[in-house]
Amino acid sequence: MPAVSKGDGMRGLAVFISDIRNCKSKEAEIKRINKELANIRSKFKGDKALDGYSKKKYVCKLLFIFLLGHDIDFGHMEAVNLLSSNKYTEKQIGYLFISVLVNSNSELIRLINNAIKNDLSSRNPTFMCLALHCIANVGSREMAEAFASEIPRILVAGDTMDSVKQSAALCLLRLYKTSPDLVLMGEWTSRVVHLLNDQHMGVVTAAISLITCLSQKNPDEFKTCVSLAVSRLSRIVSSASTDLQDYTYYFVPAPWLSCKLLRLLQCYPPPEDGAVKGRLVECLETILNKAQEPPKSKKVQHSNAKNAILFEAISLIIHYDSEPNLLVRACNQLGQFLQHRETNLRYLALESMCTLASSEFSHEAVKTHIETVINALKTERDVSVRQRAADLLYAMCDRSNAKQIVAEMLSYLETADYSIREEMVLKVAILAEKYAVDYSWYVDTILNLIRIAGDYVSEEVWYRVIQIVINRDDVQGYAAKTVFEALQAPACHENMVKVGGYILGEFGNLIAGDPRSRYVPFCLMFTLLFFFSLVPCLLTCSQKLRPQSRRCCAAIARSATQMLNCSSELRVKEFHLQRFWSPFSQATVLEEMPPFPERESSILAKLKKKKGPGAVSVTELEDSKRESGELNGAGERGPDPSVMAASNASTPSPSADLLGIRSAVPVSAPASSGSLLVDVFSEAGPTASSGAVNDDGFLRFVCKNNGVLFENQLLQIGIKSEYRQNLGRMYLFYGNKTSVQFASFTTTVILDNCLQLNVQSKPVEPLVEGGAQIQQVLNIECLTDFSDAPLLNIKFRYGGALQNLTLKLPVTINKFFQPTEMASQDFFQRWKQLSQPQQEAQKIFKANHSMDTEVIKAKLLGLGMALLDNVDPNPENYVCAGVIQTKSQQVGCLLRLEPNAQAQMYRLTLRCSKDSVSKRLCELLAQQF
Amino acid sequence: VTHQQTRSRQGKLRLQKWFVPTSEREKKKVIRDMIMLVLPRQPRTCNFLQWKDLKIVYKRYASLYFCAGLEEHDNELLALEVLHRYVELLDKYFGNVCELDIIFNFEKAYFILDEFLMGGEVLETSKFAVNVSMEQADTLQETMEEYMSKPAY
Repeated sequence: MPAVSKGDGMRGLAVFISDIRNCKSKEAEIKRINKELANIRSKFKGDKALDGYSKKKYVCKLLFIFLLGHDIDFGHMEAVNLLSSNKYTEKQIGYLFISVLVNSNSELIRLINNAIKNDLSSRNPTFMCLALHCIANVGSREMAEAFASEIPRILVAGDTMDSVKQSAALCLLRLYKTSPDLVLMGEWTSRVVHLLNDQHMGVVTAAISLITCLSQKNPDEFKTCVSLAVSRLSRIVSSASTDLQDYTYYFVPAPWLSCKLLRLLQCYPPPEDGAVKGRLVECLETILNKAQEPPKSKKVQHSNAKNAILFEAISLIIHYDSEPNLLVRACNQLGQFLQHRETNLRYLALESMCTLASSEFSHEAVKTHIETVINALKTERDVSVRQRAADLLYAMCDRSNAKQIVAEMLSYLETADYSIREEMVLKVAILAEKYAVDYSWYVDTILNLIRIAGDYVSEEVWYRVIQIVINRDDVQGYAAKTVFEALQAPACHENMVKVGGYILGEFGNLIAGDPRSRYVPFCLMFTLLFFFSLVPCLLTCSQKLRPQSRRCCAAIARSATQMLNCSSELRVKEFHLQRFWSPFSQATVLEEMPPFPERESSILAKLKKKKGPGAVSVTELEDSKRESGELNGAGERGPDPSVMAASNASTPSPSADLLGIRSAVPVSAPASSGSLLVDVFSEAGPTASSGAVNDDGFLRFVCKNNGVLFENQLLQIGIKSEYRQNLGRMYLFYGNKTSVQFASFTTTVILDNCLQLNVQSKPVEPLVEGGAQIQQVLNIECLTDFSDAPLLNIKFRYGGALQNLTLKLPVTINKFFQPTEMASQDFFQRWKQLSQPQQEAQKIFKANHSMDTEVIKAKLLGLGMALLDNVDPNPENYVCAGVIQTKSQQVGCLLRLEPNAQAQMYRLTLRCSKDSVSKRLCELLAQQF
Repeated sequence: VTHQQTRSRQGKLRLQKWFVPTSEREKKKVIRDMIMLVLPRQPRTCNFLQWKDLKIVYKRYASLYFCAGLEEHDNELLALEVLHRYVELLDKYFGNVCELDIIFNFEKAYFILDEFLMGGEVLETSKFAVNVSMEQADTLQETMEEYMSKPAY
């Protein structure tokens, strides 16, 4: 037992803990715990009333048992009783228990809330703090409902103790995060902002977290905080290290507060007021200068605190992206850190530089560190640092250094850690495509990629190289030659064989001049043999091959057939070939491969999905789209609708075509990892079944009605929908992507949190054959406006395993829009009529997609409102008007979207005759642009 | 800060606190994955990791690993000092804190954490102020003797 036990000791508890620790086995431990649980249960149930101390001790034991990982299903009542005790320690344990083991029993919650209410009004600061902690720890909606209006009052009251103010501020923050609709700042706003001036540093530290969060959501109301924050920051930065007494941390004045102030400023653009801005720039310069001063202490805590402020200041400089001088200084500072002996600093410097690389002012400065970064990639001992180095190389890459960077990344790949290979492969593939000046380099790079890390080259990558070769005449000969050479290697990766088979099948004739090309047939046979090993599967599954894979096989088959005509020694194989290809008609096989329709690069889509630092930014995506356009020569050939039709017509599988929907969406985009092999051996598919709600697809459908909602290796769900007035009809297409039947297939629409909708559907057939697709129709009626979406639960048996999937159905309030055309004058008149504060919802947010006018217009039209021209005095702005039709009422809505191309930001304002609608539309739309 | 955990070298969890709503299943998964990630790391490697969308900051003090999960915009170095400050507070309160103190007085460890962090944000950075409130709390408690006279079970 420990030597020190301050305050109260609970001997029984200590004995129990010792017993548990002395248990030799898991079984013994469980036995001891069960004994104790039985004991406690009998005490609680016993006739004799327990005194406070015993109650406290048993509750504490239960808590300990729970923390060991065992379930506890009683004792809540006793804990609640402890809350009303007058003894601090009993109250405290009671609150701890409630905080850790929240129970949703409503009767209990009423009692808990009562106890909290009593403590809040007790005027005893210690009790008040306990109550506030409990609210913050639980943070449930019920608690928010009970206390959201009370806490701001405590926070700004003149006679509240400082420690209580601190707790109140953070407690309110917690409630705001879980239930923002219940926390209405309104009248308190300015008094809360002025907490930044509070004498007590602890109060400021706590309050600023709240202010930062509120500012992110309502920047306009809180914008007075900018100048207050700047002056507070300036006072701290210029203070001597001893001025702030206990708020100085290892000789650094108030590091937490400084960082939070810098963080708050990152919610806003640079201050407009010249004096404020000057003062802020001065602060930032002082912080940069301090980094050069000799350390006041050798302790790592000193340098960590100091550098924490420095990194936060650099983030702010990068956020403003308007002071070239500061940006370059920041870059130089980070450059110093790149060679620092402290691993943490090297890691953070690499991370920050990634964002710095995207600024036009500092991109060049970042590039000067290329050798150091490459060195880091090669020599760092820590994989997470190497990963950051690879991210930075990716971010600093441009046309001038692409060849060097790609070469370094390729050579790193040979020894790279398995955990980061797939991402590295994607990055190399993207850089190679984006910065390819000559296509032979591109082809070489991708083939190298397959050679070095074939297992990690997903089908998106090798489809893409084929696409590009097909669409570019000038690289075809070179590609055929190179791939032919590559296939001479004694062992080739499966992906190399696939690419090789395709390219030689198409362009093998281009290397007819090569004396060795008489081996081409052998080479192709080799390829074919590879596929032959799959013949039994192919015969049963050929109908389910994805169009690309099928094309690939067909290409090989066609050229093989041609070769066979002239190559007698191989004729013996012809019989097998005929058998092999019988599922395809001869005509299909001999047809020439059509060019690939141009579409968004699927590898970019995949990397974007992977997220995390170094992921592709939107501008890059757009760039690459443009550049790959020229790379493919798509301008001359363009998408060819007949191609899609042809390939669909020859596809016997219905799952490949959802009534033509697929042609509307990127066909190769579904970034499921299923390669050809996975498709063929569908048994290798996933067995994991998740019950969590999947809402990945949901937001993509706010501005459109048709497309693929969900896809994994087993199942694809497509949607087509149409809406009229307050009614809608949604067609759901469930496609079985495997060769195995789905049994007990059921779908359920769950309206629990969306009772404002009425949805009717017929049950679907319980069996879905392999490769088949079934359809379900949902009839939807909107009774009144709504926020949450209905859920769709899908259950079926695949093999033996039950698959359970829940999706958010993309039914959003804007689907019931009727566009309303109106003239400028009418618009502004109505705008003024909707001037109550609740009727308006506004958001300022960073652009997540292209800010191209046509793209924005298309989205606004997809939204369902009328896009009004010549209304807003500023032609850059967009205004829209529409009426939402519900059964019970009509809601008029006006929208104004103000893009700021320079800052890559938008301001979105909605005014609707109903407040909840403004809010919901604002939330939905803020994620679309 | 989304959550904070303390665990022993064998990976036994000594203390956990979650600041954002997380389902029990998700918690178990995070805890398991973090053990796998953090424990095998060599000494003198960097104290930060990227795990899905979370930034993980950890530091080893004697036999205990202190870990925190951060959101995208949180400051890693400062989070490291949050962990350090917490250890200092434990140390000050228990006087040369060791793993056993945290095991046997787990409720105190939670209370100290509450005094320092609330909802994942730093509540009070002053060591002095936190200690004062802990001392105050202790003086509010009944005397040792009163308890020692009670039966053990």
